[in-house]
Amino acid sequence: MSTSMEVWIEGIGFWAQGLPDWPSLRERILGQPPRSDAPDKPAAEWLAPAERRRAPALVRLAIEAATQAVRMSGRPADQLPSVFTSAHGDAIIMDYMCRTLAEAPRQLSPTRFHNSVHNAAAGYWTIAARCMQASSAVCAGEQSFGAGLMEAATQAICDRQPLLLVASDAPASGPLAEVIRTRQPMGCALVLSPEQNPRAVARLRLQLGKNAPLANLENPGLATLVEENACGCALLLLACLTGPMRSHCRIPCGTDLALEIETESYS
Amino acid sequence: MHDTLPALAVSAHTATSALGRGLAAHVLALQGMHGGLAYNDFSNAPLDCWIGRVAGLEHAPLPQALTDWECRNNRLAWLGLQQDGFADAVRIASARHGRSRVAVLLGTSTGSIGSTEDGYRHLDPDGRLPSDLRRPMIHCLHALSTFVARVLDLDGPCLTVSTACSSSAKVYAMASRLIHTGLADAAVVGGVDTLCESVLFGFNSLELVAAEACRPFDIGRTGISIGEAAGFALLERSEHAPDAVQLAGYGESSDAHHMSTPHPDGAGAEMAMRKALQRAGLDPAQVDYINLHGTATPKNDEVEAALVARLFPVTTRVSSSKGFTGHTLGAAGGLEATLAMLAIERGFLPGNLGCSEPDPVCADHLVLETRSADVRVALSNSFGFGGNNACLAFTRPGIRA
Repeated sequence: MSTSMEVWIEGIGFWAQGLPDWPSLRERILGQPPRSDAPDKPAAEWLAPAERRRAPALVRLAIEAATQAVRMSGRPADQLPSVFTSAHGDAIIMDYMCRTLAEAPRQLSPTRFHNSVHNAAAGYWTIAARCMQASSAVCAGEQSFGAGLMEAATQAICDRQPLLLVASDAPASGPLAEVIRTRQPMGCALVLSPEQNPRAVARLRLQLGKNAPLANLENPGLATLVEENACGCALLLLACLTGPMRSHCRIPCGTDLALEIETESYS
Repeated sequence: MHDTLPALAVSAHTATSALGRGLAAHVLALQGMHGGLAYNDFSNAPLDCWIGRVAGLEHAPLPQALTDWECRNNRLAWLGLQQDGFADAVRIASARHGRSRVAVLLGTSTGSIGSTEDGYRHLDPDGRLPSDLRRPMIHCLHALSTFVARVLDLDGPCLTVSTACSSSAKVYAMASRLIHTGLADAAVVGGVDTLCESVLFGFNSLELVAAEACRPFDIGRTGISIGEAAGFALLERSEHAPDAVQLAGYGESSDAHHMSTPHPDGAGAEMAMRKALQRAGLDPAQVDYINLHGTATPKNDEVEAALVARLFPVTTRVSSSKGFTGHTLGAAGGLEATLAMLAIERGFLPGNLGCSEPDPVCADHLVLETRSADVRVALSNSFGFGGNNACLAFTRPGIRA
């Protein structure tokens, strides 16, 4: 149907309740019980104290995942272009904005307004990482993770440059919660390179194909997370990286389109 | 790092804004120096400011088969697609390449949030959104691209970019990547943003909205006027439209400085402009016209004026079109790309409405009144919150080596 693309994963970051990083997610996928001592909030320690105070929860979630992935890759953070993807962006701020506009529009907070842009996480990240490379914020509804991965891979390949992909979604508050299906927060980040080198932990071969129902994860807790986060299908890809050396998954990236992904893990 | 890329043909494009529906209305307004801004009559408690409102949207419901998609933003998208034979041009491209080989990549900053705002003003007794607004897709930014793909019956890669005011410039870069990696053969790009209270009261809270019609690059400028627009373009490999204006290059960068204030030296903006020229294989001296971001805030115009004076000779002429249309936010990149292309196609330099005493820093470059000129190379600048910068380079075919 189309040409295939190859990219290599050099870093992985992850944060969900009880799963504060990629090693703890991997243990969980391999059958370990959940950790009870996991922090209940992402640390996002790369943000300067002033920025951390201003940054909303979804930004801290995205930045925590990004920081882990970049650290694992060993790449300098200021050299990586970035693609941030999210189905709904910050639905808590959207709820605040719409409520305030309905009740007292002239009292809208300027900080919350500039935090309401879909590229808030990308903005805070580039400031924290002192990164002047291109950064983007994309959305493709329920297919936001796959579509973000597609954009990240094409950008890494076209520019022949490694790149950071960050996917994050979190629950909404107020009346919006009825029309937004995310019930659990989750952030996931990958450093992708267009070339193989010793940092690579896995190779991905991506090809566009037809969409089909999502595969099921065996672990019921993780299957629920796939269901309850709009970017949750990222877990299907991460699960491939913990299993046998070669694996395969299908990640939706459009209404009728999916990325067929063959994975090869090196560790 | 950034090699020269094969140019893409812009085989069709169109715009709808406060200046009117379609390209002819825009050319007429620009050439006659007639602006589209008017005193703000939008929303329940209008702010004391001017806006660029598209006439008639309130009386232009979507066709019956599309009522699930009903909202102001999609109305404007629908209206925009009907102008200049744009939808027909896409149908021809879809027949040529196949409907799964044509991507839909659109930018918006707030999408259909106006409908969400409306829902919050009319919550039912249980505190729920009114039943006609319990449509999940309408409350998502991706409503725009999904709706347009549905209207145009396209089934290729479909993404929404939302990086504030650079959104609909960045989709041109994304289209170039998708076509060059072989994931698509053509792409519908552009953007749509509509007036809503989030942006009117939001920019007002940051004290960035002018009480008057905005005056880009005037020494007495006081802030932005917010507008709404739809701009669309169809990109294909250049052999499919050898006589069409070409997307020759693009540049993207980040300020890494502040969420809502530009970098004082314009370092990020300069990087985006240099990358666009590099990808296009052009020198600054070859640029005939730049449609500047030119929001009319004191800070943006100060930084951009210095950047123009630093990078370009005075043979490069520049202007902001925001005095005509207002700042159309997530649609600005798409709208202003179309104005830059019109400058090449119709042979004129658009004037800079609203400026009577030009900022001395870029006064020698600034075009105050629209006039005829041979424009072979035109750039379009778009800068957004979060320090997100994009620059597009368009050329007449055959300009590049």
